[in-house]
Order: sequence, then C-alpha cells, then structure tokens
Amino acid sequence: MSELAALFHGFSIALEPTNLALMVAGIVLGVLIGVLPGLGGANGVAILLPLTFTLEPVSAIILLSCIYWGALFGGAITSILFNIPGEPWSVATTFDGYPMAQNGRAAEALTAAFTSSFIGAFVAILVITFVSPLVAGFALRFGPAEFFAVMFLAFASFIGLSSGSPFKTMASMMVGFLLAGVGLDTVTGELRGTFGSTELMRGFNFLVVVIGLFGISEILQSIEEGLTFRGREGRIDLRAVLRTWAEMLRHKAIVVRSALIGCWMGITPAGATPASFMSYGVARRLSRHGREFGQGRIEGVIAPETAAHAAGTSALLPMLTLGIPGSPTAAVLLGGLIMWGLQPGPMLFVEQKDFVWGLIASMYLGNVVGLVIVLVAVPWFAAILRVPFPVIAAIILVVCAIGAYTVNNAAFDIVLMLIFGVLGYVMKKLDYPLAPLVLALVLGDRTEQSFRQALLLSEGSFAIFVSNGLVASIMALGFLMLFWPVLSKLWSRRPAAAGA
Amino acid sequence: MPQFAGGGSGIGQTTVEVVLALLFVAVGGLAVSEGLRLGNGWGFDGPQAGYFPFWIGILLISASGVTLVQALRRRGEGRLFVTWPRLFLVFRVLAPAAVYGAAIFFVGIYAASAGLVLWFMRGIGGFPLRQAVPVAAALVTVTFLVFEIWFLVPLPKGPLEHALGF
Amino acid sequence: MGLSCRRVLARCVAVLGLCCVAATAQAWEPSKPVQFYVPAGTGGGADQMARTIQAIVAKHGLMKQPMVVQNKGGGAGAEAFLEVKEKKGDAHLLLITLSSLFTTPLATGVPFRWTDLTPVKMLALDEFVLWVNTESPWKSVAELVAAGKTQKLRMGGTGSRQEDHIITVAIGRATGAQFTYVPYKGGGEVAVQLVGGHVDTTVNNPIEAVSHWKAGKVRPLCVFDSKPMPYPQKITETMAWADIPTCKSQGLDVEYLMLRGIFMPAGVSAEQVRFYVDLLDKVRATPEWKELMAQGAFNQTALEGAEFRAWLEREEERHRQLMAEAGFLAK
Repeated sequence: MSELAALFHGFSIALEPTNLALMVAGIVLGVLIGVLPGLGGANGVAILLPLTFTLEPVSAIILLSCIYWGALFGGAITSILFNIPGEPWSVATTFDGYPMAQNGRAAEALTAAFTSSFIGAFVAILVITFVSPLVAGFALRFGPAEFFAVMFLAFASFIGLSSGSPFKTMASMMVGFLLAGVGLDTVTGELRGTFGSTELMRGFNFLVVVIGLFGISEILQSIEEGLTFRGREGRIDLRAVLRTWAEMLRHKAIVVRSALIGCWMGITPAGATPASFMSYGVARRLSRHGREFGQGRIEGVIAPETAAHAAGTSALLPMLTLGIPGSPTAAVLLGGLIMWGLQPGPMLFVEQKDFVWGLIASMYLGNVVGLVIVLVAVPWFAAILRVPFPVIAAIILVVCAIGAYTVNNAAFDIVLMLIFGVLGYVMKKLDYPLAPLVLALVLGDRTEQSFRQALLLSEGSFAIFVSNGLVASIMALGFLMLFWPVLSKLWSRRPAAAGA
Repeated sequence: MPQFAGGGSGIGQTTVEVVLALLFVAVGGLAVSEGLRLGNGWGFDGPQAGYFPFWIGILLISASGVTLVQALRRRGEGRLFVTWPRLFLVFRVLAPAAVYGAAIFFVGIYAASAGLVLWFMRGIGGFPLRQAVPVAAALVTVTFLVFEIWFLVPLPKGPLEHALGF
Repeated sequence: MGLSCRRVLARCVAVLGLCCVAATAQAWEPSKPVQFYVPAGTGGGADQMARTIQAIVAKHGLMKQPMVVQNKGGGAGAEAFLEVKEKKGDAHLLLITLSSLFTTPLATGVPFRWTDLTPVKMLALDEFVLWVNTESPWKSVAELVAAGKTQKLRMGGTGSRQEDHIITVAIGRATGAQFTYVPYKGGGEVAVQLVGGHVDTTVNNPIEAVSHWKAGKVRPLCVFDSKPMPYPQKITETMAWADIPTCKSQGLDVEYLMLRGIFMPAGVSAEQVRFYVDLLDKVRATPEWKELMAQGAFNQTALEGAEFRAWLEREEERHRQLMAEAGFLAK
C-alpha cells in the first residue's frame, strides 16, 4: 500500500511544529476571512501568496489550504446569523440555518453546519486518498453535454419545492436567468443586456445580488417588525454542541447521502454550488417532514453544508490532476502551485509525491484543527446576536457594502446592492420565493453555455444528450427528480388503491 | 387609500403587487427586445445569442401577467402591504442607507461608514455620543487596518484619506 | 545628494554612471500601493503572469510599496480598459494585457484603443501550438488538414472572436479545412476537453497544455511562430519544445503570437514610465521569471518605447484585417 506509506510520510511533514502552528494561524485567519464577505477565500489566499515564498512549498500550501478550510467554515457563520451567504454554496444553508437562528437555535445551527462541513470534507479526503487513481480521470468524461445534464439535474431536484404561487416562482426564476445572462456571451462574444452601459458589462455578480436580496432586505424587514433581530435569546453554551451531535446522529442517512452527492459533484467537477442546492433539494424531497423545510429544520443545514464541503474538497482532485480549478479560490491556489514550479496535471502525483501527500495530510489535520477551533467559538459567534440592533445593523450595512464593493472594485455595486435590498424586501413581503432566483442566477450562465456548446459539437442534434451511458443516465435521473412529486404520489396511492 | 379593519392605514397589498408585476413585465420587455436585437432564432447548430433572453422574457411577461390579473381580482380585500408608521420605520433605515451609498462616491467608504454608524446609534438607537463615537471610530480603524494595511484591498477613499496621503 | 554626486563626479567617471542611475531612481517612485489590473479572470495566463510579477517584486524587495493584483475581467477585459482610460495621469496603476487589447474593442465596439494608454514594456509573447489527442490518428499537420476536408473538425478554444477563434478561422482560410469552433471559458478547460476527446484539436498556449503533454495525453503538431521555440530541455521522453516544427514549415502558413505587455494610463510622465521599465527589467533578470518563461515556452521578445509602439500599431492593423476577414468586427 504505497499510498498509505506516502500518507504517513505526509503526516510526519504536516506535524512538524512550524507547520502545525501555520495550520492554526491559517484556520483562524481563514475564519476571519470567511466572516467578512469582502474578503473571500480567494482574496486572502491571493494576498498571502507572495508572503509564502519565504516558506517551503509544503509549508506554504499548508498555510494556504488552511486559510481555505477556515474560510469555508467561516462562510456558514454569516449565512446562519445574518442571512448573508458569503459564497454561492452557502446560499442553501441560509434556507434553514437563518430560521433556526431566529428561533433561538443559532448555536445548534452553527454546530450542525460546522460538523457537517467537517464530515463532508473528511469523506472527500478519504476519497482523494484511497480512490484517487480510479476517479482522477472521471472529469475527463465530462464534455458540455454532461455538464448540461448535471446542471439540469441540480435544477430538477430543486424545482417545484417552493410552496406558494407557481407564477411567482416562475417569475422569480426568470429574473434570475435574465440577471445571469447580462454581460459578455461566451459562445458568440457579443455583449448582451448591457444597453451600452459599462457598469453592466461585468454582469450581475452573485454576491452583490444576494447580499442585497438576503442581507439588506432582512435588515429592512427586521426594523419594520420592531427594531430587533428575532431570536437573540436562547441558551448558548458548549452543551449545545453535544445536543446537536446527538440530534445529527438521527440524520445519518442524510449525512452519508449528501457527502456522496458532494464528492460526485466535486470530482465531475460541477462544483460545490450545484452540489449544495441539489443535496438540499433531495433531502427535502425524500424527507417525511419536507413541508417544514425552510422553517428551521436541522436537516436543511446538514444537507447543503455536507455536500458543499465534500464537493469543495474533492474538487481539489481534478485541480491537482487536470489543472482545472473548481472555484476562484482553487484557481488562485493553482496559480500558486505554478509559481512554486509545481505544474498541476497528471504528473504531479508522480513527480511531487512529498508535496501532494503533505497537502493531503494537511487536509486531514487542518480539518480537525479547524473543527475544534470553530466549535469552541460557537458561543461567541452566537453571542453576536445580542449586540443591540442599531449597532449591528449599521455594522452589517458597512460590511455588506465593503463586500459588494470588493467583488469588482466598483462603487456602483454598492448602489446595486441597496436596490436589490429593496427588491428583496418587497418580494419577500409578497411571497415571491427568492431561492429560485438565486439558483438561476448562480447556475444559469453555465447551464446555457454548456447547452449551446453541446449543440455546437453535435451540429444542432439533441441526440448528444443521450449519446452515451453517462449523459443519458444523468438526464434520466434529472427527469426522475423533476417528476418525483407526481411519481411519489402515484407510488403511495398504489397500495391504497390495491387495498380498496 | 385602503383602510384596514385592525386600524391604521398604509399602502395596499394590491398596489405593490401591481407595481412589482408591471416592473417584471417591463424587464421582460427589455429582455425580449434585446433578444430580437441579437437574433432569437434557432440556428443549424443551436440557439442564437438572443434565443434564451427572448423566451425567458416572454415567460417572465406571462408569469407576471397572471400575477397581475390575480392581484387585480383580489383588489377588494383591502389587505395592507405595510402601514404608514411601519413604512416610516423602514425609511429611517433605508434613507440613511441610500445617503450612505451615494456618499461613498464623494467622501469614500471610511468617512461614510463612520457617519452611518453615528446616525444609526444616535438617531435610531438613541445611544449617547460618548458610546457612538468610539464604536464608529473603532469600526473604521479596524476596517482600515484589515483591508488597506493587512490585506491590501483598496476601498474607495475620499478627500480626507487623500489629504492623509493614501 | 547633488553635492555628493558632484564630488564623486570629480573623482571617477566610472562611478558617475552608478550615481546617476541612483539619482533617477530616486527622482520618482510610488508613494502608495501600486494597483495591477488584470483584464481577465483568475487562473488564466495573464493572471498567472501578473501574480508571478507581484510575487517576484515582493520576494526580491524590488519596490518599497506593495503591488496589488486586481482582476477586472468584465466584458472580455473592456471593463479594465475603460477604467484605465478614465484614470489619466494615475502613476500607481499598471495593466497587463493580452490580445484582448485589440480584439475586445474590435469585436464589441467599446470606445477604446491602445493609444488611450501609455505603453510601458512588452514582457514576452505567448506562443500558440496546434494540439491533437494522442489517440487520434493525426500525426502531422497535413493529416489533420486532410481530415478537415472530409469532415468538420471540432476545435476547442478560449472565448469567442478572440485569439483562438481568429487562429481557427485563419487555419481554415489557409488550408480549406472545415472547423466547428467551440468556445470555452478558460484555456485549462480547453486542454482537458481535448484530453477527454470532446474536441478534436486545440491551439492552446504551451503552459496550458504542458502537463498533459508530459503525461502523454496530447500531441503537438506545430507552433504558430516564425522559428521553433528556443527551449531544448526534454519535456517528454523524446521531445522538447524546440523539437516542435513551425507551422509554416509544415505547409500551414499562419503565424500568431499573443502580447504579454504592461501599460499605464495616459498622461503619466516619462520619469514615471522609466521607473516601471527599470522595475520590469529587474523582474526579468530574476531566476523565477526565467523559470516561468521556460515552463511556458514563451517567446522572450521584449520591446519598449518607440519600437513597442510601432509593434502595437502593426499588430492592431493585423488584428483588424484578420477579424474583418473572419467577420468578427462589431456591426
């Protein structure tokens, strides 16, 4: 078992005192970065990159990847406490995480999120460690048609979940698609929907829209309902952690399923965002309490967080072996590798054994260290909700403005964020579901692009979407998910009909 | 102005429903026109650049059209979207936020943020200045240190920062 | 300074040179962090180069103020170009460019030309290589072209109406081979699509495809330059970059190189430009830079001043022609 030997060698490298210290520093810094929407993981990693040249490559990558882990953990904090997802894959966490916090269960929601992230990432690292030779090439089988099929699957497992007016759901989703389409069209190189404006040329960034729709609108709603964030009471201590773990044990099946969805989506590499939406959708569809999702069910936190982090972690595999980054942060890490003279690609595992296994070992340790640090801090995070509303609202506004600005370094985006804040407030009050809008915004562009690329390849023939076993089975699964509500009704009726 | 049985007056639910639906119809119209400009056909090798904007625009118009009709049918119910006093509360947050957004263009984000915190704490929260000023100062200092100095993320700056040499 | 300089001058002419270099260097230097705009997303070739420069400057302490890389990729770089155009006279702003400097304004009609900027220095030129999958039957350009006459070849590339697309059309015009061009978002993705067999051929830059070449997954057919790449170290067991023949020698008369150059906003002083030219010269002298050049098999042509301007003038005209022939110009 040469892998195991290599891994233990990796552990011995990662466990050197300097590297261990770097790990802790990286996690703490990463959590800070994750909490401030203005400092995404990509930002932190990019800025620290030059500093790491004084370190050994292995130490440097340990520091950077721990910042990455810390930022992943940290992203859930703002989603749960303030309804502000810092990254696209934290959006699904807000659906139940924020209501939980409002019901006074912030500590439980945070613990569930952290623990699920940890489990998801851990499963993914196991996959990377033991089956990487088997799955490393899997991403190669993904052409545009397969990408489209995966996107379709993500939409199909999510669609039809929102209650309320189907027309409002549709309008909301269409607005999302339109926003996603603004900017340069990759396939033709034409500018779309910019109406001659330079500001619109960069398109509508997810973060700007979501900070407005979710974060700012929440402040407006809170003040309308009486100057307070609901649910700031509630016992907050470390015992909440144990209680939550006991509760999570009852949802083992969801954890395992979500981790598998995440790993698969990461390796393909469709990425963490569709993984989190899909996992949430599937969990809700298969749950007996499906109707209570969105009102603060713990499964609604576990499912997206586990999947997102399993995907985020396993996406490092195609990055290392094929050089395709799964996220902006991964892209910057990739740039770092190249600067250290490490060429990502099929040969990396052969030529740079020390480095690769040091990195994998640091993933194991970094995650454990990270989990301990964030869990200990849960009561403090939850205590933020006790800060008086006028103070916290002002600080959130400032942090949101910085977040919106730094996405594109454009002050115009701050204005956009405020406009979306008002839109979100009005839409929420009129019972328009916001999740379909965000889903379409985040995935719309890639979906349309891969659809059109696929048809270019097939010269307009739809047969490309069933041209091989892989794409055909993903499409079939998508249709199964789409018609699941109808099918499950038929299924449950059959025995009843037989009995009658 | 519809009256609500429970007391108080405000903006009717129908009014807002109609306005938002009309807004979406307008956005859909823009998308349709943009789709037509780019070509909304289906080429021999797949859809043209304007195909999706065009049809998504049509779908948006139809969905919002139905919502519009539904809202108009329920006109008589007199449900309120928000009462005036509550709307006033919202504006107490929204107005300074809008001013804040505009001020960033002129005085930079740091001065504007300090002003916003002072306004919220003093004007809305009723905190005394001796509490509000330190909070504002601390927030600005911490943001400045974290973004400009440690992470080298340049944020918008105004005359004040330029005078200080940044 | 002036006094000591005069004293030194009186004693030794050789030291004079040194002293005055020091004097010009002191004449102007950045007083705050220097923004370094990348008109493309993270992870691409321009981004990698910008971040390498940033890292070299930081590691060797070449500048007192830090350099901050910012990606502004909106509208195929139009966003970055228009912003730099706006910031006339800002000497704390650099822009790294690629072919989009010419193609984006021509294809989208945004009101911008390279003359709206101050050219500082050409750092290198990026090569383009014609690649096929190792498992494909095509061993030479001639075989690929022959195949392209009986079937439509699927060509993967980065973006639409940009360099890869232009080369594809140029190959088609030069040989009569038929291509279906499929645009992707990044060069790394394109390389993987080739390895996965979803497209038949690509014109990836060396750095985008090198790892797959090393692993024996892709095969280079020719390089779109006037002479072979000057890197004789073996990359695979049998081949080095230098062993790849030029396309012209293979009967495919297409040449294309992509600019990797540094620009500043218009209205900056000659002294300020001088500072950055010196800085970039120091960067180019470091071992890290040389390693990047070797790894990406760059063409190390570097120009500045009038020569650079003349080159830009020529290239812009050439792009206008190529794009007009391909029908890519904005209506």
